[in-house]
Amino acid sequence: MKRFLIVVVGSCFFWSAALAADVIKIGIDASMTGDKSKVGEGTRYAAQLWLEDIQKAGGLAVGGKKVPVQLAIEDSESKAESAVKAATKLITEDGVLFIVGPQASVEAVPAGEVANNLATPLISPWSTNPNATLNRPFVFRACFLDPFQGPVVAGFVSKHYKFKKAAVLYDVASDYPKGLAENFKAAWEKKNGPGSVVAYESFTTNDKDFSSQLTKVIRSGADFLFTPQYYAEVPLIVQQAHELGFKKPIVGSDSWGSAELTKLCGKDCNGLMFSTHYAAAGAKGKTKEFIDRYNAKYGYVPDDVAALTWDALGLVQTAIQNCGKLSGNIKADRKCVRDGMSRIKQFDGITGKMNFSKGNDPEKCAVIVKISDKGEFEFFDSICPEGPAKT
Amino acid sequence: MTFFLQNVVNALQWGSFYGLIALGYSMVYSILMLFNFAHGDIFMTGSYIGVGVATGLVALARTGALVLPNWIILVLTILISMFLTALLGIAVERVAYRPLREAPRASAAITGLMVGIILETGNLILLGAQRVKFPSLIEPASYEVAGVFVTNKKILIVGLSLALMLLLHLFVKRTKWGMAMRAMAFDYAVVPLQGVPLNRVTVLTFAIGSALAAVAGIFFGIAYPVLDPNMGILFGWKAFVAAILGGRGSILGACLAGFLLGFIEVFVATIFPSTLRDLIAYSLILLILVFRPHGFFGEAYSAQLRL
Repeated sequence: MKRFLIVVVGSCFFWSAALAADVIKIGIDASMTGDKSKVGEGTRYAAQLWLEDIQKAGGLAVGGKKVPVQLAIEDSESKAESAVKAATKLITEDGVLFIVGPQASVEAVPAGEVANNLATPLISPWSTNPNATLNRPFVFRACFLDPFQGPVVAGFVSKHYKFKKAAVLYDVASDYPKGLAENFKAAWEKKNGPGSVVAYESFTTNDKDFSSQLTKVIRSGADFLFTPQYYAEVPLIVQQAHELGFKKPIVGSDSWGSAELTKLCGKDCNGLMFSTHYAAAGAKGKTKEFIDRYNAKYGYVPDDVAALTWDALGLVQTAIQNCGKLSGNIKADRKCVRDGMSRIKQFDGITGKMNFSKGNDPEKCAVIVKISDKGEFEFFDSICPEGPAKT
Repeated sequence: MTFFLQNVVNALQWGSFYGLIALGYSMVYSILMLFNFAHGDIFMTGSYIGVGVATGLVALARTGALVLPNWIILVLTILISMFLTALLGIAVERVAYRPLREAPRASAAITGLMVGIILETGNLILLGAQRVKFPSLIEPASYEVAGVFVTNKKILIVGLSLALMLLLHLFVKRTKWGMAMRAMAFDYAVVPLQGVPLNRVTVLTFAIGSALAAVAGIFFGIAYPVLDPNMGILFGWKAFVAAILGGRGSILGACLAGFLLGFIEVFVATIFPSTLRDLIAYSLILLILVFRPHGFFGEAYSAQLRL
């Protein structure tokens, strides 16, 4: 009897696996709730736009056959442990072929580990922390890395403002700000000598009052403040700095680039600059096409997360097509798609040209954006890595 | 010196929040020997109620039906939110705590935590997960006095907080209801036998505590205008620490401990690397409690503790 049951259960598994070839499931692991909920919203909206295109075309063309695509969306609740849970569920229960997300590094680093261990390809559109893909053949990303972004900001500030003394304020309990703060500090000190970061202050996630740290920053006599924080914290930091009499520039990183930032910050943030992946105001070509479609459907200009998710899904689509033929055995297919992904060398996305010649991380240009008086993100400058990725 | 004074100003504002929230904890704990662990979330709800009331009043003023300058909107927002949050506090007492009055105190504490989670997730479901901005009712102004920056918001927050604390102190010390509260704190079992209406005093206690939490919530929204449904959790814990540090049954103690907590946190972050703030700050408090286990003003309680 027991053996019979095993056979029945086993054949069920077999059949469900065989049936799975009739439909491609793409998992979305993103923060629908929690302090980065706007990030999850952008991810979902971009994925739904992409799915619309696929459905209009009658499915995804693989090996001469159109296969329908389904999205399995899981909430990472803006927490590392929930992102891991969501990734595990997508892999083991939903049987997805590819996972897109999580976005923030604090979630993508641990979730990437799970995906890699379970041999399922995962692409994080927005995670810039190197550890997300490090030594993980199954984990990819669609954005540049913090070791690139740190020097970009340092280089831009020295070039544009000609400042010598920097202050940094960051969240020590979150992978992304911590990693980027360290990279920025290293790059700045390389340029301006040791001790040129005159204040290096930190706080922990969910802190609301930064007055003591900012008072120290002001006393240090720094020329500007660099704060690589998320859009929910930036308004508090900027407002409190202004209330304490800090009138010097405050510079940020790609985590600032959310539609929520200007809503929460008001005019305090106008005129500030940050490094990011793309600038929506003044975009051209297919980037503009995406922005217009998104804006028409959801009523606001997509932020960088949505644009990067769109590119990540384009990469996933190319990878599946590179694989050529889906057997229906989900394990073999995942491996095949991963290999298809690593065959992509160049990808021309809406956030710029990506060069994958160095493995799972693309080389691409960064953009410096200025927040205009109307609260729009305007293109200010573009900084490219030295080498083949130049556009 | 200006650096030091600037930090004193920062700490005064930060301590006001702890003080106001700690009062609610302390009062309920004194009278019912109950830790109202939902109190941090009542503070959060009070803040959101404030957003709702203020947004409504601003919209009403825009239509031109009523002439409402911003300061009247602010006063009305505070009063209406106090009232509504007091009703919430009373409802929590009625639904979650009164049926458990004879149950072991641990059951009531767990119930409090559950009420807190219900308020948090209820807020999530109702308003969605995105951050809410508190409407700016006060045109920000910053004054520089001998190198120290003081904003009109800070003056308002610290001033009104101190005034409310003083009022509550007078209420408890000078009025008949205050006397009933103090008596109940002295002996919860026998005092009702003398004809003091236990339920009414309890309701009053919860109402006052919640109303103060609402004021703290609105002040919080004014000072840190980005609100999220989980903001009450950490505040609840820390204000709870302040309530214990102040000593059972002492209004003055809870206020002082709240400000002390604010000062310790700000100055630890100033002197040491800010990363170590909570570690050093709360180790210090632990040390204080080792030497004064009943807090600053708490009397040694001889009867059997029920928690």
